[in-house]
Amino acid sequence: MTTTTPRPAPSARAKRPAAEAARPVRPRRDTGRHLLLATVSVAWLVPLLWAVYTSLRPYEDTAKHGYFSWPRGLSLANFTDAWSQSGMPHFLFNSLLITVPAVLGTLLFSAAVAFFVTRFDFRLNLALLMLFTAGNLLPAQVLITPLYRLYLLLPLPWWMSDSLLLYNSAWGIIVIHIAYQCGFCTFVLSNYMKTIPKEITEAALVDGAPVWRQFFQIVLPLCRPAFAALATLESIWIYNDFFWPLTLIETGDKRPITSALANLQGAYFTNPNLIAAGALMTAIPTLLVYFTLQRQFISGLTLGSGKG
Amino acid sequence: MPPASSSPSRLGLGDRLFLAAVIGLPLLALLIFVWLPALASIALSFTTWDGIDLSGIHWTGVENYTQIFTNYPPFWPAVGHNVLWLLFTALLPTPFGVFLAYHLDQKIQFTRFYQTAIFLPMVLSLAVVGFVWEIIYDPDTGLLNSLLGAVGTDQHIDWLGNPDLNLWAVLIASAWRHTGYIMILYLAGLKSFDPALKEAAALDGANGRQTFFRIVLPTLKPVNVIIIVVTVMESLRAFDIVYVLGGGTGSKPGMELLSLLITDNIIGESGHIGYGSALAVILLLVSLAAIGAFLVQTFRKEDA
Repeated sequence: MTTTTPRPAPSARAKRPAAEAARPVRPRRDTGRHLLLATVSVAWLVPLLWAVYTSLRPYEDTAKHGYFSWPRGLSLANFTDAWSQSGMPHFLFNSLLITVPAVLGTLLFSAAVAFFVTRFDFRLNLALLMLFTAGNLLPAQVLITPLYRLYLLLPLPWWMSDSLLLYNSAWGIIVIHIAYQCGFCTFVLSNYMKTIPKEITEAALVDGAPVWRQFFQIVLPLCRPAFAALATLESIWIYNDFFWPLTLIETGDKRPITSALANLQGAYFTNPNLIAAGALMTAIPTLLVYFTLQRQFISGLTLGSGKG
Repeated sequence: MPPASSSPSRLGLGDRLFLAAVIGLPLLALLIFVWLPALASIALSFTTWDGIDLSGIHWTGVENYTQIFTNYPPFWPAVGHNVLWLLFTALLPTPFGVFLAYHLDQKIQFTRFYQTAIFLPMVLSLAVVGFVWEIIYDPDTGLLNSLLGAVGTDQHIDWLGNPDLNLWAVLIASAWRHTGYIMILYLAGLKSFDPALKEAAALDGANGRQTFFRIVLPTLKPVNVIIIVVTVMESLRAFDIVYVLGGGTGSKPGMELLSLLITDNIIGESGHIGYGSALAVILLLVSLAAIGAFLVQTFRKEDA
């Protein structure tokens, strides 16, 4: 491998070589493929569409005619009811309060570790990378008992948590998400950073740029596609997580929407139509993230394949 | 030869401090909040403890383990269900996700739509997935029984209540999510595959399937390893979806899983911490096989 031709930033990999475009255009017989993919897509959407359909029907209608019947009137009343009756805005806010810092923290920490192990030759790099990656693969149930005791021991100032502890506080959930999710992101980001030519940072080093500037001004901006992909996945995982708040937050009021939803079912959502509406609304934030970052999502997930 | 990496000796004091912070903070968080609890769990598995007072911890050796193996009725069913979960996931949704990724990678129209539709279940929280499937499986009003024409008759099937059926019902819901996950991961691998290799194979007269099985699949070994590890870990760790579809009360007949048994024992009034920890360690040991295989496969080439 020659080192004299620095490959441009990894985003160039998305563009296929010219040879591809030059290939003679002939009609592709993709009908079978479309049939297959369309069938699967529709089959995959059916459960969701059923929930949407249920949520749009007034309870009186379904109570009288059953759920498996033609509608006699559709409305958004279940959505407005679920939104106003159950305190959903409050729980959604809890979720954002946990998810946003946790995702940003995870990305920052894992970018730092990935930068450290890919840009510098320290002898322990491989062991470090393995320690982080393996940490993410430990089952959460293995950590929970000691973590619970640990959280009862670690104090927080009153302005951070009214429980004065890491237990029963949003901070505790943020911290464990960051520590636990770091492994996966470090793994993906280190694969990604390896594709950035060393010459780029070498040159900066020769020019006397301090390491922090290499990190923040050169490496981080080049990793944008990987960040988009990881931000999508991590937002989905962290927002949807169920287990940590269930075990580490005692007060129902402080729980994020996903773990609060189960309780809401009995107390506020009295019929399936209302439940469907409430459940679908909780999915809106992750759907927004997915649709916003979708374009970079696939191309940014470098899993150490191909030319890695 | 790749260029020599920046050697640490060239760095100034500020750089060294920055690097120390860059690795130190994440490492500290990882050690304190992940590895320390994991090791403590192993220690606790050899004790008996009600989980209330630290002085109530008593060393009992391997007592918990012998109890679990010989005298804990839900244990072996749970192991069986985890194995079934793994086999099912490895044989159906995982290969199907790879299959879909292969077809989506063929530069056809509407890829974005197909991709989104199949990945959508993965975007939803398991709580939402739980509710979505509850209104499908509901014995009296659910879509499935309505389609089968069983509503209103006395032959309606209690999909989530019947201990012979409920695990399968949950597996279907889980496969619905897992397929999209594998598809996306594999698609990412396929996209980063060097197109020149495929072109070469096409020039040599290989058809699409031959190219995939003889060239793409072997070359994508790192991604294959990730897919296998994701499948194994998801099957061993399966928790949320069973918890939600089981009614949020811990393990239910027919749906026992190791993760639920652990939760049963360490949360709630019973407080069998040592017992729960021993179950957790058993889960950990099984996972370690997957973790170890993954680490060896992934990082071996860098060692050389």
